[in-house]
Amino acid sequence: MVQKDNNLTESIPYGLYKLRVKDLDLYYGAKQALKGISINIEPNTVTAFIGPSGCGKSTFLRCFNRMNDLIENVTIKGEVMVDDVDIYKNMIDVYEYRKKIGMVFQKPNPFPKSIFENVAFGLRINGESSKSVLQETVESALKQAALWDEVKDILNKSALTLSGGQQQRLCIARAIAVKPSVLLMDEPASSLDPISTAKIEELIYQLKNRFTIVIVTHNMQQAARISDKTAFFYIGELIEFDHTDKIFTNPSKDATQNYITGRFG
Amino acid sequence: MTHLQLELKLLKTDIIEMWELVIAQLDQSLVSIKTFDKDLSRGVVSNEKRVNSYELKIDRDCENIFALFNPVAVDLRLVLAILKINSNLERIGDIAEGISRFIISEKEPFDKDLLEDTRFHSMYEAAIHILEDVLKAFDKEDSKLARSILKKDELLDEINAEANQFVSKYIKDHMDKTEQALNVLSIIRRLERVGDQCKNIAEEIIFYLEAKVLKHR
Repeated sequence: MVQKDNNLTESIPYGLYKLRVKDLDLYYGAKQALKGISINIEPNTVTAFIGPSGCGKSTFLRCFNRMNDLIENVTIKGEVMVDDVDIYKNMIDVYEYRKKIGMVFQKPNPFPKSIFENVAFGLRINGESSKSVLQETVESALKQAALWDEVKDILNKSALTLSGGQQQRLCIARAIAVKPSVLLMDEPASSLDPISTAKIEELIYQLKNRFTIVIVTHNMQQAARISDKTAFFYIGELIEFDHTDKIFTNPSKDATQNYITGRFG
Repeated sequence: MTHLQLELKLLKTDIIEMWELVIAQLDQSLVSIKTFDKDLSRGVVSNEKRVNSYELKIDRDCENIFALFNPVAVDLRLVLAILKINSNLERIGDIAEGISRFIISEKEPFDKDLLEDTRFHSMYEAAIHILEDVLKAFDKEDSKLARSILKKDELLDEINAEANQFVSKYIKDHMDKTEQALNVLSIIRRLERVGDQCKNIAEEIIFYLEAKVLKHR
């Protein structure tokens, strides 16, 4: 049984923040990729990470599902708390833990299976075998992903026959079918056309009622449209984190203003 | 300089040109009052079309910048401020035109005593001076100067408030010049509104430079 950590909660009640990070440093070998990052993310919000290429935003995103563990020579210092549990210090089962964290990548990556089996995949891995539960959950996830109407009659067709935008929504359906509490998205619409992008953005807006969403995006207008809060990263540092309307109308830091107005980066 | 920066620079140049034209319009109206030069007044009325053209062009350019560049932060505030300053300047342009139309309709020059008693010239010059100062504050991005303008229109308010009693007395003493006296009072009212427009512009400049909203405080 994982215990709630006390060291970060002196004045913060449990459950106030879904994700809490304090003084996080990350090194690839000797190179420091993240420098002293501290951030608190509230539940049921959309948080956008923006910044120029190589600023560390994707690296930071991957800290939340411990994907950086898979890279050699990575050293992580500091605290990353998900639901008030330090996911690096506790002896947690990483595979169990990752079930709580859904991830959607830049390019849609459906399995070469049917549409139904793609969404049911996580449930089956978790040991669910009841046909009715599987059917119910697949339908619910596809509806939440705004894909049900388009695929309800072709559930047994290969997922690879879907368009790019549909495949990405299928990946979102697959991620949310296992009911994660956090949804991480790494540039989820960057390979999609404007119509599919708009659908994904609308979907993100709808999904925040059920999940805490963290999205990395290079599209600043997308960040402005969909997120409640925005974090600006530059050369491994979190420069500014604030409400999105504040960041895009009156940022506190010159570096943020210079980046979002296109004066550098 | 990025494409957006270039567009913003051009927008700024246009609004400053419009501003200078509106100042010249007010100034020419004053000269035409002093000299009773009706041709000069007709020139102001004719030039009002140029002010209107500037307004339409600046509106269209702001709309294009919003649609094509999605400006944010200080750039967004600049475009929003220019959009509102544009509208305020156009109204001041209308006021200059209206004043000139009074001159055109007058049969004889305004009575010097009436103008002196109502401190007409001081008020007129103060209005032009305030409009020049807000332009300077915008051009030099000087929020301190913009803030000082918020108090400068007090003189205009004061002269406007006192004008009623002077004009009533004047009418009692000069029944034959009632229409002229009412026209002077009407111009004084309009000059007071120039002060209000300048105050609005100063608030927009502060919003642009400091992201602070001073309206309705």
